[in-house]
Amino acid sequence: MQFGLSDEQEMIAATVRSFVENEIYPHEELVERTGDVPREIAEDIRRKTLGLGFYACNFPESIGCAGLNHLEFALVERELGRGSMALTHFFGRPQNILMACEGEQVDRYLMPAVRGERMDALAMTEPGAGSDVRSMTCAARREGGDWIVNGTKHFISGADHADFVIVFVATGEDITPKGRKKRITAFLVDRDTPGFAIRDGYRSVSHRGYRNMILDFDDCRLPDAQVLGAVDGGFEVMNTWLYATRITVAAMSVGRARRVFDLALDFAATREQFGQKIGKFQGVSFQIADMITEIDAADLLTLAAADRLDQGLPANREIASAKLYASEMLGRVTDAAIQIHGGMGLMDDFPLERFWRDARVERIWDGTSEIQRHIISRELLRPLGA
Amino acid sequence: MKVLVPVKRVIDYNVKVRVKADGSGVDLANVKMSMNPFDEIAVEEAIRLKEAGKAEEVIAVSIGVKQAQETLRTALAMGADRAILVVAADDVHTDIEPLAVAKILKAVIDEEQPGLVLCGKQAIDNDMNATGQMLSALLGWSQATFASKLDIEGDHALVTREVDGGLQTIKVKMPTIVSVDLRLNEPRYASLPNIMKAKKKPLDEKTAADYGVDVTPRLEIVKTEEPPARAAGIIVGSVDELVAKLKEAGAV
Repeated sequence: MQFGLSDEQEMIAATVRSFVENEIYPHEELVERTGDVPREIAEDIRRKTLGLGFYACNFPESIGCAGLNHLEFALVERELGRGSMALTHFFGRPQNILMACEGEQVDRYLMPAVRGERMDALAMTEPGAGSDVRSMTCAARREGGDWIVNGTKHFISGADHADFVIVFVATGEDITPKGRKKRITAFLVDRDTPGFAIRDGYRSVSHRGYRNMILDFDDCRLPDAQVLGAVDGGFEVMNTWLYATRITVAAMSVGRARRVFDLALDFAATREQFGQKIGKFQGVSFQIADMITEIDAADLLTLAAADRLDQGLPANREIASAKLYASEMLGRVTDAAIQIHGGMGLMDDFPLERFWRDARVERIWDGTSEIQRHIISRELLRPLGA
Repeated sequence: MKVLVPVKRVIDYNVKVRVKADGSGVDLANVKMSMNPFDEIAVEEAIRLKEAGKAEEVIAVSIGVKQAQETLRTALAMGADRAILVVAADDVHTDIEPLAVAKILKAVIDEEQPGLVLCGKQAIDNDMNATGQMLSALLGWSQATFASKLDIEGDHALVTREVDGGLQTIKVKMPTIVSVDLRLNEPRYASLPNIMKAKKKPLDEKTAADYGVDVTPRLEIVKTEEPPARAAGIIVGSVDELVAKLKEAGAV
């Protein structure tokens, strides 16, 4: 077993970290206060990321990108996780699923996305379809050789800046012994398509400025050319390309936890009460010990899951464990950091209350902790017939 | 023209430095190390000269422990063409003194024949601010220290220096040694393609003995201690009170 990173991998992590500290941190307070990213700042981050060759670094060399492997990409995500998601969104990492583009879709969607010319968003969740994706009611019917889409998607992150959206829509239903099962198809939908509208979503407690949007489809007509992958093949493209996105949540949780930890450690080492540094009190020092132990554990779990993907090994359970543990760890670490800071930890003069709020969504999106536990236990028990 | 850039591996500028219990120096165990920030500025300037067509090759050199390899990889990832590591110590706490560094650099320069040496004005660990000057004396080359602007024009360089009370521009004959100051440029991040390429770039490994240089310390460190803690400030109610306090303290 090998634990060390190569010089290049260390350098990738160090470069992204330094970028986040210098190019992202200075704008965070503005984003927190306004809930928005000014266009010039977004453009500046995008331009610099393109200049450094990091834009779409999760895409292969065959289309002119850096072709980082899963482990390297997890390092990038980990360091980006230190910064505001609203801002790091422009350190572009288009959805891998765009690799399913075929024919003229390559020039219309894939290439502009990896060159930073067009931004994408991914839409699956509906008000009535969260963890139970297949229960979606947003549906398309055939009419004159085209598809007519009706329905609503919500919680669509990044759709406010998206030029097109990858939308999963029900395109039929099968009667199976287990009951009715919807057939799902993925569509590429341009922002300005008639019958398609993107509107403001809800105000979330987590990740201010990284807005969730609502998508409305009202007799939106899409030709076959907009189908990504095969008709009724939505679950196949989802499973092929979205399998690894949970690693992103795990890795970002680790990065953010390290930033929070550094603040807590520094505070414990400098704040004095009862005539000594509070870090001298075991009640504080043991919290510090638990925090770093959990952060390191989550880090290793995450990198090990990514490494399994690079080795072509089955990784579903390991990815689920990493996502589950890292996101729950972040909740505990941010909570402990506030406890160490005392009352000041809750004031928005310190960034801690923000990290504490931001942490909450990590165990919900991209598969709740319960769904991850379901995946982990199913992988173990199903082969045993349970 | 070749540009040679000596780079030093030093304690990272973000690290809170701790003095070792026995006062023999600073604790470097498990401490983040990085390229000396002034050397980073020198590497950046060298790469810019290459991009402007005024230099053909940028060579980074580091003298110290084997781990300085990481520092050289950083220089290569920023855009240096090749690197030379001169291993002169085993223990990370051993600091090679400026004169020994300058002698080794002279030997490297005799081999490489660069037209310009760009170095940081000083290393942020011991703030010696001596290597560039000593190297100039050993080579018999001109030198321009504390550069905030550099223009190469044929067989001479115009260097703007930050001096007390203003800026001074001097003209030096090439080949020359320029030590760089903070405001010369803003170093770039390593780009991802360059990070991936860095491993394939040549990194020669030598030892101080290869150049016949004795690196035995000539200086004795008597004591290392923390700076005195800053006294708390006071808030004054008026300008008059401020002036009175300053007079009291003998400051005006």
